[in-house]
Amino acid sequence: MGLFDLFKKTNSGNVAKDRLKLLLVSDRSNCSPEIMEAIKNDILKVISKYMDVDTEGLEIQLTQTESDISGKTVPALYANIPIKDIKKNGSIK
Amino acid sequence: MGEVIVVTSGKGGVGKTTTTANVGTGLAMLGNKVILIDTDIGLRNLDVVMGLENRIVYNLVDVVEGNCRLAQALIKDKKFPNLHLLPSAQTRDKSSVTPDQMKKLIEELKESFDYIILDCPAGIEQGFQNAIAGADRALVVTTPEVSAIRDADRIIGLLEANELRRSDLIVNRIRMDMVKRGDMMSIDDVVDILAINLIGAVPDDQNIVISTNQGEPLVGSDSLAGQAYMNIARRVTGEEVPLLDLSAGNGFWSKLAGVFKRNK
Repeated sequence: MGLFDLFKKTNSGNVAKDRLKLLLVSDRSNCSPEIMEAIKNDILKVISKYMDVDTEGLEIQLTQTESDISGKTVPALYANIPIKDIKKNGSIK
Repeated sequence: MGEVIVVTSGKGGVGKTTTTANVGTGLAMLGNKVILIDTDIGLRNLDVVMGLENRIVYNLVDVVEGNCRLAQALIKDKKFPNLHLLPSAQTRDKSSVTPDQMKKLIEELKESFDYIILDCPAGIEQGFQNAIAGADRALVVTTPEVSAIRDADRIIGLLEANELRRSDLIVNRIRMDMVKRGDMMSIDDVVDILAINLIGAVPDDQNIVISTNQGEPLVGSDSLAGQAYMNIARRVTGEEVPLLDLSAGNGFWSKLAGVFKRNK
């Protein structure tokens, strides 16, 4: 660890704040883990028609983002879908 | 007509009872007629914090069930004659009282008191429903911790759904030394997340433990927590009081300075 890292260390207060913000987005939206799992499976079904995706590595999460239109903070569904291979010409099997 | 305030938090152990005792006593010190009601049936505590545990004859459930008259169950405070306590029952459970019965009881009390303060139990079940049934406004107590803030957020949602006129936030047990180090969320962080009006912040103060040991609320004393609670009581009445500087008076040097100031 370099000397510089000492200053970069994120303190636990900020960690708590970030964790809470994420937690409250999902609490407030009443989105249960079951619903999230269902969304995840449906997304997989659609994307895998066109691409070979890593089903194990897929991550979805409710988070907050700044809206491009209103500039306000709005809830957003964030999905991280690692692609193994793009099917040639996007052809449907 | 009196104003009915429920002190609530969702999570247990964040300081609802201490807040009820101190803000209530503060309001009485300001000359108001105040009644504190412990709605935590089965786990009563407010009597102990107020130091009135030996004077209990009748309780909330007795009043509701008609075993005694309302006036018989009210306990007068040791120091302030305009401060009263209606204790909860220790050997019953939350279902002994319904929200409608609470509303009726509170309507009756509104006639003779300026402030009716309800100490709400932890949780969001029947005890909570009973406590908020007749309330006009709420004081939501939280500490700067993830679990307490999450529960407070849930409570604020439920209070809105139950159409309470107003909810104000109290951030309890804040440690400015930890906030400065970045190891505790600041008051601003908490207010930012919960997005309701802040009515006061109370520092983590050893004097609270001492005052609870003695059964005497510390509101109005010159300890930081005592001043913070008095400020909250003033703000409850509508007075504009600037926020207390909580970073003062914790270190050795400022304590020393405080000693000299007092001797002047």
